[in-house]
Amino acid sequence: MATSAHDLAHLCKLAKLAPDEKTLDKISHQFSDIINYMDTLSEADTAGTEPLYSPVFHESAVREDTAVRRQTPDQILKNAPETDGTYFIVPRIVEGK
Amino acid sequence: MITRSITEIKQALAKKEISARELTQACLDHIGKTEPQLGAFINVYPEQALARAKELDEKGYDENMPLWGVPVSVKDALATKTMKTTAGSKILENFTPPYTAFAVEQLEKAGAIILGKNNMDEFAMGSTCENSAFKPGSNPWNTECVAGGSSGGSAISVASCQSFASLGTDTGGSIRQPASLCGCVGMKPTYGRVSRYGLLAYASSLDQIGPFTRTVEDNALMLSVISGHDERDSTSSPRGKEDFTKLFQNPKTDLKGVTIGLPKEFFESKAMDAKVAQLCQNTIDEAKKLGAQIKEVSMPHLVYSIASYYIIASAEASSNLARYDGIRYGYRTDQPKDLDELYTMSRTEGFGEEVQRRILLGTYVLSAGYYDAYYKKAAQVRRLIREDYEKALKECTVLLAPVSPITAWKKGSVTDPLQMYQMDIFTLSLNLSGLPGLSVPVGMADNMPVGMQIIGSAFDEASLLTVGHSLTMHLGTNNQYKF
Repeated sequence: MATSAHDLAHLCKLAKLAPDEKTLDKISHQFSDIINYMDTLSEADTAGTEPLYSPVFHESAVREDTAVRRQTPDQILKNAPETDGTYFIVPRIVEGK
Repeated sequence: MITRSITEIKQALAKKEISARELTQACLDHIGKTEPQLGAFINVYPEQALARAKELDEKGYDENMPLWGVPVSVKDALATKTMKTTAGSKILENFTPPYTAFAVEQLEKAGAIILGKNNMDEFAMGSTCENSAFKPGSNPWNTECVAGGSSGGSAISVASCQSFASLGTDTGGSIRQPASLCGCVGMKPTYGRVSRYGLLAYASSLDQIGPFTRTVEDNALMLSVISGHDERDSTSSPRGKEDFTKLFQNPKTDLKGVTIGLPKEFFESKAMDAKVAQLCQNTIDEAKKLGAQIKEVSMPHLVYSIASYYIIASAEASSNLARYDGIRYGYRTDQPKDLDELYTMSRTEGFGEEVQRRILLGTYVLSAGYYDAYYKKAAQVRRLIREDYEKALKECTVLLAPVSPITAWKKGSVTDPLQMYQMDIFTLSLNLSGLPGLSVPVGMADNMPVGMQIIGSAFDEASLLTVGHSLTMHLGTNNQYKF
């Protein structure tokens, strides 16, 4: 199955990516080849096979549900691109009156 | 001194033939000299390393710390509280995590000295170490060739004696393949053996941390140090630490009583280079001479491993990498006009092309209408692949297979992504199954190293180490390096 430029533009929107036109054009061609190759999977007989989403070999380990403070707000905010020392700063979302 | 194995250098450190500080300085000097040609590190931390070495020297040698004074390095996909952690990406260029990964904590507790963070393909997506946002890594045996990937920097460091060992991560072969192309030993442990706490996620159901070393014995030591249960990773196995170094107190040197399975689909692959195939055959002959019983096995679903892997890995990546949005940490675009542009442009400017390609592919296979045909189908095939492995391993102690169809290729010579994905033909299926694999060097073709992988049942790394030790000792490929 080939992907149209329209499909790819929609995927970019969903994935919050905006590659330039040249890159998009290149990716579009490669994408078709990759998806065609992935289509070989349709030959596999998987009738009645349960999907394997995780290869974990044990029951999920559980622990007591106790709150633990591993980091302080200062440590968390240290890497923020923009902060006032208490909050992350983002562009205004709701226009004021 | 820096060409010795960990086992050897530990004796020198214990006998005070060399101090931790002198040894660390020797590694740093060698890094300084070789790094311009090799590109094994994204960041080196000489001051931190020397300060730690000084501290250890002042306290004195401690036999309860199995890596006391041993300089090592760590792939830049593992979080380190005092060192930048970039995952090879511009989006994390200036990121210093607020915590340290479990596996790195274990190294520190064991007395290892962390020299710096190894180069890698961006977010572990790549098979060459050319996809690093900072610089490509080069193969120490021929710097015009790729190092393999994604843990290329780890393999380069260990193979060129910049460090005694390194931690890498293997999502689809990212430890085994660079180990093979650079001529060192690389272990992908069983899924759950090593906690993924602090590993910057690419594909969480496939990612596993493991060691690079120059000898199999050193690999056993490193694995013993980094394994064990960690409550901060729910997929971490509840079984406790295992001491694999015991295997080497009286190491088995022959292979009597061992049945080695050869999956015929691997050996019949048209992708295999003739010289690599010949070295694989020599290794099988050597195993026979050592008393192993050789058995051909069939794993009919291996043919679907590339398609299944790239669907599952891309799907998980598109979800995992959604967290990079320019808000809480990482790169943020300049002057966005609104929140949507902040997200979109931070991601577009911060991620490289391969990462964007895989995010889009993952978004596609997870989208409504395609989910069953791709993601669910791939997960069904994944179970069939795991059943193939389990069936084969019921009849055999271990399986033996090639790692890479060819030796390290020239940088820049493979540019088509699908052709590049096909280079991973022999490694991907193991991550789908969750089983362990150990890549060991088996010889040289045209002056470039060739490795083979030994594959075993879940949590049977001991068999891999025993067989790997015996083979490398007899093939003369134990402690191979390019200085």
